[in-house]
Amino acid sequence: MQRLRVRYAKRGRLRFTSHRDISRAVERAVRRAGIPVAYSAGFSPHPKISYAGAAPTGVASEAEYLEIGVNRPCDPRQVRDDLDASLPPGLDVLDVVEARDGNLADRLEGSVWELRLPGADPGEAERAVKEFLSADLVEVERLTKKGMRRFDARQAVRSLAVVGEPGITAGQETVQPCVILRMVVRHETPAVRPDDVLMGLRLVAGFAPPSPAAVTRLAQGPLDAMTGEPADPFAFDRAGGDR
Amino acid sequence: MSVESLFPRLEPLLPKVQKPIQYVGGELNSTVKDWDEATVRWALMYPDAYEVGLPNQGVQILYEILNELPETLAERTYAVWPDLEALMRSEGVPQFTVDGHRPVRAFDVLGVSFATELGYTNLLTALDLAGIPLEAADRTDEDPIVLAGGHAAFNPEPIADFLDAAVLGDGEQIAIAISEVLREWKAEGSPGGRDELLMRLASTGGVYVPKFYDVEYHPDGRIMRVVPNRDGVPTRVFKHTVMDLDEWPYPKKPLVPLAETVHERFSVEIFRGCTRGCRFCQAGMITRPVRERSITTIGDMVEAGIKESGFSEVGLLSLSSADHSEIADVTRGLADRYEGSQVGLSLPSTRVDAFNIDLANELSRNGRRSGLTFAPEGGSERMRKVINKMVTEEDLIRTVTTAYSNGWRQVKLYFMCGLPTEEDVDVLGIADLAKKVIKAGREATGSRDIRCTVSIGGFVPKPHTPFQWAAQGDHETVDRRLRALRDALRSDKEYGRAIGYRYHDGKPSIVEGLLSRGDRRVGRVIRAVWEDGGRFDGWSEHFSFERWMAAAERALADVPVDVDWYTTRERDEHEVLPWDHLDAGLDREWLWQDWQDAVNNVEVEDCRWTPCYDCGVCPTMGTEIQIGPTGRKLLPLTVI
Repeated sequence: MQRLRVRYAKRGRLRFTSHRDISRAVERAVRRAGIPVAYSAGFSPHPKISYAGAAPTGVASEAEYLEIGVNRPCDPRQVRDDLDASLPPGLDVLDVVEARDGNLADRLEGSVWELRLPGADPGEAERAVKEFLSADLVEVERLTKKGMRRFDARQAVRSLAVVGEPGITAGQETVQPCVILRMVVRHETPAVRPDDVLMGLRLVAGFAPPSPAAVTRLAQGPLDAMTGEPADPFAFDRAGGDR
Repeated sequence: MSVESLFPRLEPLLPKVQKPIQYVGGELNSTVKDWDEATVRWALMYPDAYEVGLPNQGVQILYEILNELPETLAERTYAVWPDLEALMRSEGVPQFTVDGHRPVRAFDVLGVSFATELGYTNLLTALDLAGIPLEAADRTDEDPIVLAGGHAAFNPEPIADFLDAAVLGDGEQIAIAISEVLREWKAEGSPGGRDELLMRLASTGGVYVPKFYDVEYHPDGRIMRVVPNRDGVPTRVFKHTVMDLDEWPYPKKPLVPLAETVHERFSVEIFRGCTRGCRFCQAGMITRPVRERSITTIGDMVEAGIKESGFSEVGLLSLSSADHSEIADVTRGLADRYEGSQVGLSLPSTRVDAFNIDLANELSRNGRRSGLTFAPEGGSERMRKVINKMVTEEDLIRTVTTAYSNGWRQVKLYFMCGLPTEEDVDVLGIADLAKKVIKAGREATGSRDIRCTVSIGGFVPKPHTPFQWAAQGDHETVDRRLRALRDALRSDKEYGRAIGYRYHDGKPSIVEGLLSRGDRRVGRVIRAVWEDGGRFDGWSEHFSFERWMAAAERALADVPVDVDWYTTRERDEHEVLPWDHLDAGLDREWLWQDWQDAVNNVEVEDCRWTPCYDCGVCPTMGTEIQIGPTGRKLLPLTVI
């Protein structure tokens, strides 16, 4: 069975889709596009589509990943075009490769997040980032299914900075002056989310932006030991394709 | 004057609410037309949460038909949950459409589809959030015409004060006609304001404008008469009937939501109307006569709908789908076409006979045989004669035995409690029936791995049915019988564990009864409940019986009627009913005779296959039964 790995974006209004919303939309789009998706055997067959670490509801993303198993070999470029045309605008297919060995989810070691904080004070943001980075441990709390949980939000953060230049604007349609934070966060259990880092900034430096952050995941991939930045998780698959 | 999108103001609120995706629109096959290029603009509302409202066929059909008109645009709006309502109020964001996120007040028409009366409080929330005065009398030329449709609009009197107009029956043609009246009126420069517009609509005889009718009461509270209060207004308003469903193959492009909704499937109506004559069934009475969609149109719609939507399940809808004259060819043809694919087919199967099992077997070729549903409705033979549900105990046992032998593991049986003339023994009879079902199933399969679920709810007498005169069962009696039935099922050692029991308590039925057979005085109760915080009355976690009763006591204090008067009181033959001036084509004398027959356990045959029983619809409405067979078959789809 051929496996196709898909990078897609969740943009604009569609950032309000939940993981379940996306999986329904993808299943329908796959059917409309006529992609020969394989089904699991058994009493109630399911399409073989698996999702790797979806961004939370309300968070935009330029780097979401899924994998589709197909019954007959498909041209990845054709699948990219057909699937993109069948998905609603805002769920946009960016790249499709044929999978080589290995587990895609394992390669997604960390994410780059961009947080836009409308109306926040740049000086306060700089100060809070400095405080956060100089701490060894920043314990935050989050309500999970198992109740309130305390965990460290500091160690997973590989880098965090206030950036001057706006990055890719995947999230907001509303344009207003804002502070932009960029961070690389390693995927851990429990997962440290951008919200947790924001809470950490409030705890260490009392930094409390006046309105909710617009969050976008810019990239995901294996973390480079030298730079600390995520590399392209498809590099391995593509190298196989070129041979 | 162009209208700005409210989305930039709504967007900051969305991260703070549950399931924000329901408010952003952008569904596959949705449309946002240019505001300035349209002359007539409709906001279509389903007055419940998006997850319930989006799949509604009526709204989807009208949305598509109106948007096909060159000078008309239609957008959709749904009830917002209380979390967003609170934020919209604090931030001053008005009720919006999910397509263009335009303010509802900027539209020409707010068309609201009422499948159930329990959406009335949500109408008031939407009007209030939109900045539209709640009472029609307070509205100006700046406000849209608030227009009701759907089955509940066959008695719109309880919400008459909040409506400018109502239409009865099939919406396709009348929506286009109303759009045309509006277009002409606006082209003339809107002469005479909204009053003249309403007059133009009312004078056609096909649009009910409540304020053009006065209701006079007897001193004891009964209605004396309902009369037009100005010239040119017809004394009766008639329902609308689409006669050729093949000419109206909608929805062609079903809306495919991103959010999860209650029906995740593409539905094709295979016919409208039902003439089985079940006396409790308002839908069967007000949608006559039977009009079938042809087998070939059904096949085309299924094919196009799957292609356009990507849905993996197709539902063949109607009031009694197995009654389509070519249903065997339809199911076999579709099952052949989609054999081996992942497309699932479903047929709401309510008829109790073995033929139904054949159909279900065909449709389950691609999938599993999990459960089948039948609706005997009454627990005893006598009860079923009263309601004219012509199913004998032998029929039922034979049918479920066939189902179990064919590999179906689970059978669901629907019943009602609180039916006219009902006694304890009629409800307890359900327990005996369920035990016999399990016994027969175990004998037929030699297995104990079969189940049956009894599902039962309170009966609500509805307008335009033979039971419109009946006393509704009080909730104490209904609840007592439901408990007795539960005990009878649970206490049985041999079969009890194989029988599931689901029931709804009797209190919500009383409120539904008040709203179903209410008159204009009930409007004050609805308003009082809404002012007291009443929202989403169809949801048990939001519904409050106590709030309704307290509000009714206050609102009806100065009139000689109360909740009991509207619900548990039997009416006599000559009492003027609040909806008597609204004509579904049914002959009132026939309905009364049928009510008398009900009390005397006399059944009536289905006029689809037997001679006319003179219900009056066809001669009054100029319609006739339209059924096949056409003799045509579904051909295999060519693979492209």
